Amino acid sequence: MEAGFAVLIAFIFAASIYLMLARQLIRILLGISILSNAVNLLIFTAGRLEREVPPVIPNSSLVSVGVTANPLPQALILTAIVISFSVFAFLLVLAFRTYQDLGTDDANEMRVAEPKGDFKPPIGY
Amino acid sequence: MNTVIFRTVAPFLTALMVLFSIFVLLRGHNEPGGGFIGGLIAASAFAIYGIACGVQPVRRALRVHPMSLSAFGLLLACLSGLPSFFSHVGFLTAHWVYPEVFGVDLALSTVIVFDTGVYFVVFGSITSIALALEERESD
Amino acid sequence: MAVTDHTVDVSHAMISTPVPPGDWLVVTPIIITVLGGVVCLMLRKHTKIQPRIAIATLALLMLSNFGLLARVLDKGVVTMVMGQWLPPYGIAFSVDATGAILALIASIVAFATALYGVGDSDATARRYGFYPFLMLLMTSVSGTFLTGDIFNLYVWFEVLLISSFGLLILGSDKAQLDGAVKYGILNLIATTLFLIATGYLYGLIGTLNMADIPRSVLTLPDKAPITTVAMLYLLAFGMKAAAFPVNFWLPASYHTPRIAVAGVFAGLLTKVGIYALMRTMVMLLPVHHAMLSGVLAVVAVATMISGVLGAMAQSDLRRALGYLVISGIGSMLAGIAVSTTLALTGTILYAIHSIIVMTGLYFVTGMAVRISDTFALRKLGGLYGKSPLLALAFFILAMSLSGLPPTSGFWAKVVLVDAALKAGSPWLAGSILVTGFLTTIALTRIGLYAFWRGGPEGTPDGTAFAYAQSHEVATPDVSAAYTGMWLALGLLVGLSLFIGVAPNGLVAIAKTGVAGLIDPSGYIGSVFGSTGGQL
Repeated sequence: MEAGFAVLIAFIFAASIYLMLARQLIRILLGISILSNAVNLLIFTAGRLEREVPPVIPNSSLVSVGVTANPLPQALILTAIVISFSVFAFLLVLAFRTYQDLGTDDANEMRVAEPKGDFKPPIGY
Repeated sequence: MNTVIFRTVAPFLTALMVLFSIFVLLRGHNEPGGGFIGGLIAASAFAIYGIACGVQPVRRALRVHPMSLSAFGLLLACLSGLPSFFSHVGFLTAHWVYPEVFGVDLALSTVIVFDTGVYFVVFGSITSIALALEERESD
Repeated sequence: MAVTDHTVDVSHAMISTPVPPGDWLVVTPIIITVLGGVVCLMLRKHTKIQPRIAIATLALLMLSNFGLLARVLDKGVVTMVMGQWLPPYGIAFSVDATGAILALIASIVAFATALYGVGDSDATARRYGFYPFLMLLMTSVSGTFLTGDIFNLYVWFEVLLISSFGLLILGSDKAQLDGAVKYGILNLIATTLFLIATGYLYGLIGTLNMADIPRSVLTLPDKAPITTVAMLYLLAFGMKAAAFPVNFWLPASYHTPRIAVAGVFAGLLTKVGIYALMRTMVMLLPVHHAMLSGVLAVVAVATMISGVLGAMAQSDLRRALGYLVISGIGSMLAGIAVSTTLALTGTILYAIHSIIVMTGLYFVTGMAVRISDTFALRKLGGLYGKSPLLALAFFILAMSLSGLPPTSGFWAKVVLVDAALKAGSPWLAGSILVTGFLTTIALTRIGLYAFWRGGPEGTPDGTAFAYAQSHEVATPDVSAAYTGMWLALGLLVGLSLFIGVAPNGLVAIAKTGVAGLIDPSGYIGSVFGSTGGQL
C-alpha cells in the first residue's frame, strides 16, 4: 500500500509545485497549503501503514501486543499540521493586507521594496 | 450574513460552543479531545459571534485583547513545567495529585495546566487572526 | 468514570536518576525568554515598562547562557529530556560547546538589540509587539541551538519564522509588506523542505533523536537513499542560510524592517541555517556530506563572490549590507565544504564574528540615517564631521568584516584560509581572500561616500566642517534613547575588538565544539548514558 501512497504523494507534490510557480499570490499560497498536506501524507507513509489496530497497550502488558499502527507519525503530523496551519493563517492575512495596500497580487508587479532604477549610484567623489 | 435569525441565535450558539470547548478540554485528559481542539472550538465560537454581530462586540465581550489571552496561555504552559525543578526531574515532567472532593477521586496534574495553556494560546491567536480578517472584510 | 486505577507502572519508560539543578541551564534560556515575552505581551500598552523588562530578561538570558557554556566546558555535553521519558522516545535537549557558544553570542546580540530598540522603536512599534517578538525570536533561536531532536529543530525553525514575520511587518508600510511576503513564502518553503527531508529520514531509520541518528545511519544498507535526504537538508538549510542560488529572499526583504530588526535578523537568522547545516551535515550524515562537499565548495564560492559584487553595486546602504551578509555566509559554507577540524573551527569563528559585526553595521547605518535622513549613498556625506565616534565605530566594524587585524574577522579568515590551504583546495582559500579584498573595496566605497567626503553630492570638497555645522544636518541627539543605541554599538564593537585581541579562549571553545561534531560519541553518551542505551 505504501507504493500507492507514494504515487499519490508525488501527484500532490506536482500539483503544489505547479501552483507555486504561478505569479498570483493566492495560487502560491494554495500551493504551499497543498505542499504541507503532501508532506504530512509523506510522514504518515514513512511511518509505514498499518490499518485498524490502534496503538493501545492493554492493562496486562508493558508493551503493545502484536502489530499496531505507528503512533509517532501521527504525533509528528499533528504538530506539523498545527504549525503549518498557523503559519498559513498568518501568510493569508499578510497576503490579503498586501493585496489591499499594494493593489496587486501579481508577484512581478510587487516592486515596492525593490523599485526599478531607484537610488542612482554616486558618480564622483 | 447578519440576518435577524443569525443575530438572535449567535450569542446562544457562542455560549454553547464555549461551554462545549471547555468540556472537550477537560475530556482530553483521558479521551479524544484536549487543549488544541478545545481552543479551536472556542475560537470558532467567537468567530461566529463576530460574523453575526460585528467585531467590536466580540472585542467588548472578551474584555482583554486576544493576544493577551494567548500570552497568558503560554505563561501557564511554561509555568506547568517548573514544579519539576523542585523534584529533580526533567522540565515538563508530569506531576499528579489525587485529592478527594465530595467523595470523588480527582486526578489533577501539571498536564492539565499545560493543556489549559495550549487552550488559551490557540484560542487567543486564532481569534485575533479571525478578528483581523473579519475587520478587514467589513471595511 | 471515577479514577481508581492510577498506578500504571511507567518506570521502565522513564529516567530514574535525578536531574542535578545545574542541568536546568539547558532549558532556562527557553523559560526565561518565554516568561519575559509573555509579560511584555500582556503589558502591550505600557510602552515605557516593556524595554526595561526586555533588557532585564535578556541580561538574565546572557547570564544563563554564560553559565551553560561554563558547565558544558566543564562537564561535556549536557542533556535534559523533557518529561523524563527515556531517549530516544522523549524529546531531548542536548547542548555541546558549539550550541552553547552560539547561544551565548546570540543572546549578547539580542541584548544589544533590546538596548538599541529603546531608541529605535517608537510607541507604535512597541504596541505592535517589538519586544515580545524579539523575546519569541530569542526563544526559538535558543531552542534551535540547544535542542537534540531533529523534529524539535523543525518546530523551532517554524517558531523562528513566525516571530520574524511579526518583527518584519512592525510598521506595516508597503515596502515591509512586500518584503515580508517574499521572505515569508520562500522561508516557509525552506522549512517545508526541511520537514520533507526529516520525513524521509524517519522513514529510513525510524528515529529523530540527534544522538541516535549517526549510529542508525551507519547500519543502513548501501542502497538506502540517504544521499537524497542529505541533499534535501542541504537545499533546505542552504535556503535558510541564503546560499547562492536560493538566496534572493534576503536582499528582497532585509532592507525593509526597522534597523533594530534588520540588525538582529542579519546577525542571527542566516547563522541559524549555518548551524543546522553543520549539525546535520557534519554530525548526523558525515559520509554523505563528504559526497556533497564538492557541491558545497562551488556554492560557497558563488555565494561569497556574488554577495560581495552585489554589495559593491548597491547605492542603498541597507541593501549593500544585505549583500554583505550573503557574502559572509559563503565563507562559512567554505569551512563546511572543507570540513576538517580546522575548517569547521573557522566556520564557527566566522559565524560568531558575523553575528556580532553584521548587527553592529546595521546599527551604525541606523544611526547614520538618524543624522542624514536617507539611505541613498548619493545623498549621504559628511558623517565624519558630524559624528567622529560613529565614523570610528564604522571603521572598526568595516575592518572586522574585511578581515583585517586587530578584529574578530581577522582570526576567522586566518583559520578558514589556513584550513583550505592545508586541505589542498587553494582556490577556495583564494576566493576567501579575494572576497575579503572586494569587501574592503565595497566598505571603503561606503566609508568614503557616507563618512569621509564633505557632504552629499554637490557639496564642494574640503568643507566637511562647515557642512557639519550647517543646519541641514540634524544634530546628534544625546537623549536617553541614544544612550541605549551607543551602548549597544559600543558593546558589539568592543566584543569584535576583544575577540580580535584575545582570540585564544574562543578558538579553544570552537575547537571543543568541532571535536564534538566530528566525533559525536560524547554527545551520544550524554543522551543514552555510558551503556549506549540499547534497550
